[in-house]
Amino acid sequence: MPTDAPLLVVENLCISFRTEGGVVPAVSGVSFSVERREIVGVVGESGSGKSQTLLAIMGLINSPNAVVSGSVRFLGQELLGLKRRALDAVRGRQIAMIFQDPMTALTPVHTIGDQIIEQIRAHENVSRTAARKRAVELLDAVGLPSPESAVDRYPHQFSGGMRQRAVIAMALSCNPALLIADEPTTALDVTVQAQILELIGRLRDAFGSAVILVTHDLGVVAEVADRVLVMYAGRVVEEGGKGQLFREPLHPYAWGLFASIPPMRGPRPARLTAIPGSPPKPSQMPQGCAFGPRCTFRHEACVAQPSLGGAGGHRSACFLPQDSRQDLRRTLTGRIPA
Amino acid sequence: MLAALVSRLGQMVLVMFGISVVAFLIFFATPGADPSARIAGRNASQETLAQVRHDFGLDRTLPVQYALMMERLFISRDLTSFVNRGQKVVPTVLEAIPITLSLVLGAAVLWVLGGLIVGVVAGATRGTWLDRMLMILSLIGVSIPVFWLGEVANLVTQSRWHDTWLFSWVPPLGYIAFTDNPWGWFKALVIPWFTLATLYIGLYGRVLRASIIETMQEDFIRTARAKGIGERRVLLRHGLRTSLVAFVTMFGLDFGALVGGGALLTEVVFGLQGVGKLTYGALQTLDLPMILATVIYASFFVVMANFIVDVAFVFIDPRVRDAH
Repeated sequence: MPTDAPLLVVENLCISFRTEGGVVPAVSGVSFSVERREIVGVVGESGSGKSQTLLAIMGLINSPNAVVSGSVRFLGQELLGLKRRALDAVRGRQIAMIFQDPMTALTPVHTIGDQIIEQIRAHENVSRTAARKRAVELLDAVGLPSPESAVDRYPHQFSGGMRQRAVIAMALSCNPALLIADEPTTALDVTVQAQILELIGRLRDAFGSAVILVTHDLGVVAEVADRVLVMYAGRVVEEGGKGQLFREPLHPYAWGLFASIPPMRGPRPARLTAIPGSPPKPSQMPQGCAFGPRCTFRHEACVAQPSLGGAGGHRSACFLPQDSRQDLRRTLTGRIPA
Repeated sequence: MLAALVSRLGQMVLVMFGISVVAFLIFFATPGADPSARIAGRNASQETLAQVRHDFGLDRTLPVQYALMMERLFISRDLTSFVNRGQKVVPTVLEAIPITLSLVLGAAVLWVLGGLIVGVVAGATRGTWLDRMLMILSLIGVSIPVFWLGEVANLVTQSRWHDTWLFSWVPPLGYIAFTDNPWGWFKALVIPWFTLATLYIGLYGRVLRASIIETMQEDFIRTARAKGIGERRVLLRHGLRTSLVAFVTMFGLDFGALVGGGALLTEVVFGLQGVGKLTYGALQTLDLPMILATVIYASFFVVMANFIVDVAFVFIDPRVRDAH
């Protein structure tokens, strides 16, 4: 396995589902890469295909009606179409996942410790006692109080935040090179959210893991991410460093997202700017740019599908001329972001 | 934990007391049911009736009658049948118990194993030809009446093919005590076991399959898969373990009912003098003491089986443990 290969390269990932009404695309041609120790935020509305993208990376789409194509290479190894045994050697060990709802993510009939030990022993040849000791250390590392007793407790005896910590401890149990977090804070209280985010941010330093953090909360991304992907209707519409993207977003959809956040400084707007309309249904995708029907700056070029382009690692999928975009953006919100 | 156990046992005793009272009242105190008339036989004179009434304590108040009856059932155990004079009821029931227990226990082992295998295999191979075939077979198993299956088994093994190498080992119908001849016991019961278990294998297999398929859609199964443990482990350790609740509930109810006499048809077809057949005979001749004894016996097993299911839940599902 070449060690100089990038950590994760996703190329032209397409996911569609066969339904009674025909083939419905969920993700169309998503490409991105993740470097070692990098935290990549993926933002988008529900149904924008972000969760499906992650599940495809993990090989967790098992619907018989799903069609997945493209390429997912992890350290040079192609993951799509991998045999179950080879896939199991990667997931849980090198790629781990944290799920959205901690209340249902743990098997109710086994203790937290048993579930962590099971994962450690599936990948490493260690004794039960050693695995248990590591489980206690992990629970301690993610900030569960009294880890020695927590290890023998059942999921239902924990609160949501504690369960999410246990899930994170489990995900970290084999020191994964890549941690995939699918809206890890959505189901939690705001205060617990902050703690979990801080924890995920610290993981990179403590465990050296890269993180893909999926969320629909821009505040979460601003907090921890290095790089951001914005997804809309199954495609990446903008990609860039967090600083670039938050300072000068290039895609009208991203403008809309930022405009819908209440400003911290300056005069208080009477009304927040909302993006008109609602996301297209996957079964009724518009021709050309999927955001077109909701876009204030739609013009004749938009009947075609824009491709992701731009310079300096900051790319967007939009036909508007690069140099006039920030002026156009000001006309949308009437205010300049701080 | 211990307190929960004790309180559960107390509840059991209360339930059984209630059942014995109701059974007693139905058979001895319903208007028009004069037990002494039945005991004395037809055309008995008024003097004989009075004599019988006095001998059996039937001229006393109902609570006293009940207490006397229970005393004769449980303490002196000398309650005799109304129909076969001199036949003591309690020893007769005690003799029938090992027969029924042997039949139902053996069948239960078969149907639990069979149900688990059918349910897990069908659940794991959902939608394939194997799943479909197992489900069709289960449906057939559920649909076959047990007495018909038993008679066909008898026809084949006792008559048509009895003299071939295949079934020459089958002993004649009837029960052979385990203590007399364990191998004979096994040979005498193995065909009744399969006959009785067929329905339940199909039923349990179908229920378990549905339950496993539902469980395998749960989020925690996705988590388990993401851990990189093999699919077999995901299925058995995470899927099956969580799916067992319905299975165990059904088992408790069915097992209790069968031991309590529900295996009547199988007992009749295979000439096994078990509790079911005893109850059936007692009901036909309206042998009140015998009915009372078998009903109380049956209630004991139903209540007992429910108790065991409750205890089993504590081991299967930790959430139940904390609910106490």
